[in-house]
Amino acid sequence: MQNKTVAIIGGGIAGMQAASVLNRMNYNILLIEKKDKLGGHVGEWTYLFPTLRPAIEVSSNIIKEIKDKKIDIKLNTLVKNIEKDKKNFRIILSDESTITADAVLLSTGFDLFDASIKEEYGYGIYKNVITQADLEKIFAKPTKISNPCGKIPSRIGFVHCVGSRDEKSGNLYCSKLCCVTAVKQAIELKKHLPESEIFCFYMDMRMGGPLYEELYLEAQLKYGIHFIRGRVSEASEKIDNSVQLKVEDTLTGRPLKMTVDMLVLMAGMVMSETGKQLVKSANIKLSESGFIATQDMHIKNNLSSMPGIFVAGTINSPMSISETLADAKSAAFEIIKYLEESN
Amino acid sequence: MKEFGYKISASRQIDFDKIDHSLYRKIIENEPSMRLCIDCGSCSATCTAGNITDFSIRKMNLMIRRGETVGLQKEFANCMLCGKCTMICPRGVNTRNIILTIRKILNN
Repeated sequence: MQNKTVAIIGGGIAGMQAASVLNRMNYNILLIEKKDKLGGHVGEWTYLFPTLRPAIEVSSNIIKEIKDKKIDIKLNTLVKNIEKDKKNFRIILSDESTITADAVLLSTGFDLFDASIKEEYGYGIYKNVITQADLEKIFAKPTKISNPCGKIPSRIGFVHCVGSRDEKSGNLYCSKLCCVTAVKQAIELKKHLPESEIFCFYMDMRMGGPLYEELYLEAQLKYGIHFIRGRVSEASEKIDNSVQLKVEDTLTGRPLKMTVDMLVLMAGMVMSETGKQLVKSANIKLSESGFIATQDMHIKNNLSSMPGIFVAGTINSPMSISETLADAKSAAFEIIKYLEESN
Repeated sequence: MKEFGYKISASRQIDFDKIDHSLYRKIIENEPSMRLCIDCGSCSATCTAGNITDFSIRKMNLMIRRGETVGLQKEFANCMLCGKCTMICPRGVNTRNIILTIRKILNN
């Protein structure tokens, strides 16, 4: 056993993947998770793009690995403070205990953008306006799909770029996975409700990932999903709880209105609140996008501004599952390098 | 009497080599945010004038970028300067000021 300890904060797929690699290299791991179970966002998702496989296949696989290896896990635990004490880190936990670690990995992930901030879409005000995360929970239920008012929706709209690429919400960046998520969810809805009409309102379709573009093609060809190029400017609730949209159909150059029975907002990814507090306590730099500013986005992208504190996954920027897992392995390698060099 | 025979149809092509960019340049001098437009159409969708007339601020801005400036003055007269377009713009384009600037330039 290497006589060194790595504290990993955040038990989503990034933290677990890094823990698994570091454990294999015989480092002591302490995996700290704020919730009562491991798995993070992936653990709460139902089906994954682009293959529509059950998300549990991915999360349970990594969770099993972590449990088999008997890695030290602390659930229901928040980190209150990280202090550097010469070469070591002193980490104070929410149960007032203190641990010492030789290196720290921050893998606190992202939060979904709070869609109620975009008041013009009425999330939290109109019953039939939901987010993609809410829809995923609907998919998890075995019952027939209905809108929040209990009606089987005959027309459904998806709004892309909610809280992404939007100066007014302070997020200039593209969350890059909402486009493919909308296409995936549109297909799933159409499978459940073949009679329904589904419309995606987009500014640009950003399908930059393996099999994403193919999924977009399939959505058109096999499922007849409609795509309208225009950013929805507002939604308003009608007396029957349906939602009326206003948008410019930019390709015909004319304003368009449409009534839908359910509106799905594709909320973007933002730096998690937990991550923000940690970063503040450890005095680590953030980038303009609100995510972590690493030492060099090309060659030191797992190194935070504080030597010895590393980052993996969506604390860095929006990432897919595959990218997150690769990033976690890369972070584990950087940690090994750091610990060997500081011997 | 109806005239028969051949005539040359005017080309519909935007001849980018011969475009007059002077109006666009004058506007961005005064309101550089015009460069930031990504043609999402939020401004036109929310536009009160756009719902009752042909006016589309997004289209107008695009036409100016392409040097198509005939009839602009009349188009921009439709705007009531309510500023909803500026409020909604995801790129922070000051559309209202663009319109004021265009009016000022065209009136001179």
